[in-house]
Amino acid sequence: MEETVRFELNGKKTEMLSDPDHNLLWVLRNRFGLTGTKYGCGIGYCGACTVLMDQEAVISCTLKVRDADNKKIVTIEGLANNGTLHPVQKAFIENDALQCGYCTPGMIMNAVGLLLKNPEPSQQEIIMGMEDNLCRCGAHVRIIKAIQTAAREMKGGKQT
Amino acid sequence: MKKTTVKKSETLKPLDRSAMKRREFFKLLGGGIFIFFQPWDTFELFDTQTQQPRSLPSDFNAFLQITEDGTVNCYTGKMEMGQGAITSLAQIMADEIEVPFEKVKMVMGDTDLCPWDGGTNGSRSIRSFSPNMRVAAAEALTILMQLASDSLHVPVSQLEAKNGIISDTKNFKNKVSYGELAKGKRIEKHIDRKPELKDYRKFRYTGKPFLHQDARIKVTGEARFSADIQLPGLLHARILRPPSHGAKLKIADISEAEKIKGIRVVRDGDFIAILSDDREMADRALDKIKAEYSYNEIEVDDKTIFNRILKADSVANIINSNGNIETGRENSDILTESEFLNSYVAHAPMEPHAATAMIEGDKITAWVSTQQPFRAQETIAREMNVPLEKVRIITPFTGGGFGGKSEHRQAVEAVKLAKITGKPIVVARTRQEEFFFDTFRPAAVVKIASGVDKSGRITLWDFNTYYAGSRGSDTIYDVPNSRTTDYGRGQVHPFATGAWRAPGNNTNTFARESQINIMAYKAGIDPLDFRLINLKDEKMIGVLKAAADKFGYTPGKNPSGRGYGIACGTDVGTWVAHIAEVKVDKSTGHVRVIRVACAQDMGLCVNPQGTTIQMEGCITMGLGYALTEEIQFKGGDIRNHSFDTYEIPRFSWVPEIDTVIMDKKDQPPQGGGEPAVICMGAVIANAVFDATGARLYQLPMTPERILAAIKN
Repeated sequence: MEETVRFELNGKKTEMLSDPDHNLLWVLRNRFGLTGTKYGCGIGYCGACTVLMDQEAVISCTLKVRDADNKKIVTIEGLANNGTLHPVQKAFIENDALQCGYCTPGMIMNAVGLLLKNPEPSQQEIIMGMEDNLCRCGAHVRIIKAIQTAAREMKGGKQT
Repeated sequence: MKKTTVKKSETLKPLDRSAMKRREFFKLLGGGIFIFFQPWDTFELFDTQTQQPRSLPSDFNAFLQITEDGTVNCYTGKMEMGQGAITSLAQIMADEIEVPFEKVKMVMGDTDLCPWDGGTNGSRSIRSFSPNMRVAAAEALTILMQLASDSLHVPVSQLEAKNGIISDTKNFKNKVSYGELAKGKRIEKHIDRKPELKDYRKFRYTGKPFLHQDARIKVTGEARFSADIQLPGLLHARILRPPSHGAKLKIADISEAEKIKGIRVVRDGDFIAILSDDREMADRALDKIKAEYSYNEIEVDDKTIFNRILKADSVANIINSNGNIETGRENSDILTESEFLNSYVAHAPMEPHAATAMIEGDKITAWVSTQQPFRAQETIAREMNVPLEKVRIITPFTGGGFGGKSEHRQAVEAVKLAKITGKPIVVARTRQEEFFFDTFRPAAVVKIASGVDKSGRITLWDFNTYYAGSRGSDTIYDVPNSRTTDYGRGQVHPFATGAWRAPGNNTNTFARESQINIMAYKAGIDPLDFRLINLKDEKMIGVLKAAADKFGYTPGKNPSGRGYGIACGTDVGTWVAHIAEVKVDKSTGHVRVIRVACAQDMGLCVNPQGTTIQMEGCITMGLGYALTEEIQFKGGDIRNHSFDTYEIPRFSWVPEIDTVIMDKKDQPPQGGGEPAVICMGAVIANAVFDATGARLYQLPMTPERILAAIKN
């Protein structure tokens, strides 16, 4: 049965008619064309589909649309501000923290969520915070450095 | 104009790709200066899976274009899957043709725009493709100089090319840009001479570290992968899959599935697909199909496979032989016979195989995550019974390949469904399908008999590799009596296997380098010293010493308790050595790799940054096949469906990684995408032995196997 679901998506108020049991991942990709959010496993084991919901990193492939009702969703497409990259995005480029780039959106969204919760994470806290995001190319060491770089920049007050 | 000469032999038949095709290029690409070139490496012409020669194209393998705005476009059938060729090839091009790096644009893996290519594998984008690209660039520059000479009315000898501008060296105000020279022109030139290496001292970009050029669109989500193509009326397809390899569909009841809103069922014999504009509805409908199968189970599982391999009706192929094995035995004071086992390993790229297909009129277009766009084109043309030029494969960004994206069944399925329905179709595999249809790295066995004399010299080396493939099976040590035999070609695997990053070499290097440490231990010699005593190969000695320096290695007889391991080998023309430190929890059998130092001699390193990242990636990925990755199966039933039961490396596993790239700028560039993965099994096995005195003969080295080895 379809219901009206309302949420804020990348800063814009959104209202849609949807089966509330639909997964947020497919709704984002197919209804909104936000294909930056990736399918990796569909059951919450890889983190490729990570988005922010009310400032918290969540796995969108196991999340129902009903769970997003009245929430603020941010996807990788909504992270940059008028073309200015988020410090985490910038740090991923500067640290070459990617290879094939498929896990990258999920990595970045989880890292943003991590830094929102803990602006000054230790290396160990970064590792534990990122543990469930999988990368097959082996960019891990650079992703850790990128998150450290971003944390330093954000602490420097360049981004609120 | 110089005409192309194509080498022909009896086994190589020209593939007819008509001149029409080239006219279409020009129509598509407009004016400018075009240089066609063909990688001068006959291996490119061999099918990588079967090693059979395939048709030699009469067309040229790539071309570059200087456009009217001075952009240098390089069209190549190679594709980008994270290995960074999009960056390193552009560096080389910018240097050779003397333009700013930003002026080079790589157009990759599009079968309509890029002439035929043998596929992206074997780390050949740089080592065999780039030298040819350089010659083409040099040729283009010659043409530009000639045009500039005519335009500026000064002899070529008085001209200088820099940053896309050719100037009169006696009057620098008298100058002309490449774009101006190319304007209104259509100059076509073919290169068929063997490339020479440019003097490295003239490079401005090659050899300097460059960041991934595709990073920005990958961090913003703009980068499109094959499942991200948005087309009006696009339908998502889910296909009924058998529960195990070899199972045949008996009955399928689709009545319940058909009740799901908005779905369409396509049935063609055993092929049943659910289509919907809503992916989840297709998922739900697929779950409602009641299917019964008949099973034709092969009596084999992940434990009995090794026996099956050894007992198979195999063909033995002696790869090399030196001296006499019996003499070697007689001259040995200590003999060691070992058997090494290696399970099936999945590629598990983060992007499962995907394809989006569309048919307009009689033209098929498919966006495919594939390392083999031209092979995919041929398969689809054959399956759909249409001429090659009616099929266009576009390779968008590909989310990891590692050899696994050589297979492209999903593209055929998407095209077939697009044909039946007249709608664009996306087939994006689920993770479970990805595991099921993966062309696994084959399970394999290596048996070695080796001997050493009292002075610590290796006297005998009899290396027998079963079903791994022969890559990396050569004896790298200086042994008077040696033989390498490759056994294969029997029907042993209950499902598909294929190339996995450095195919064969991971298994062979694990066996060889483990055996070397076993011999060093028996001879009472430090394993680094033992290698140096038995090596004549200067490059290998060089990388071993460099890795030891970086690591801060000090000699010690194994097991020293320090948990130090060492291993070395060669792959795709590159020499590597690794030294690792591990900690083993003797109560749980859990291994933690603390640090890895790796030295690599790859000739000229085009992009040290990209190379370092590949080395880090190889080391990180290699932790998986060394420690956890193993396909569990019974007959054709694959038991691993996702990352819960198939564990790939995570952040907490990653060691401190130190890399050394040997300075060999004056030598031809070699492969960089695979070498550093080959030693990971042996370097960890040797480190575990040094830590515990327990020798592991089987990969992966799971806690259970380590505990069992400690008990023995």
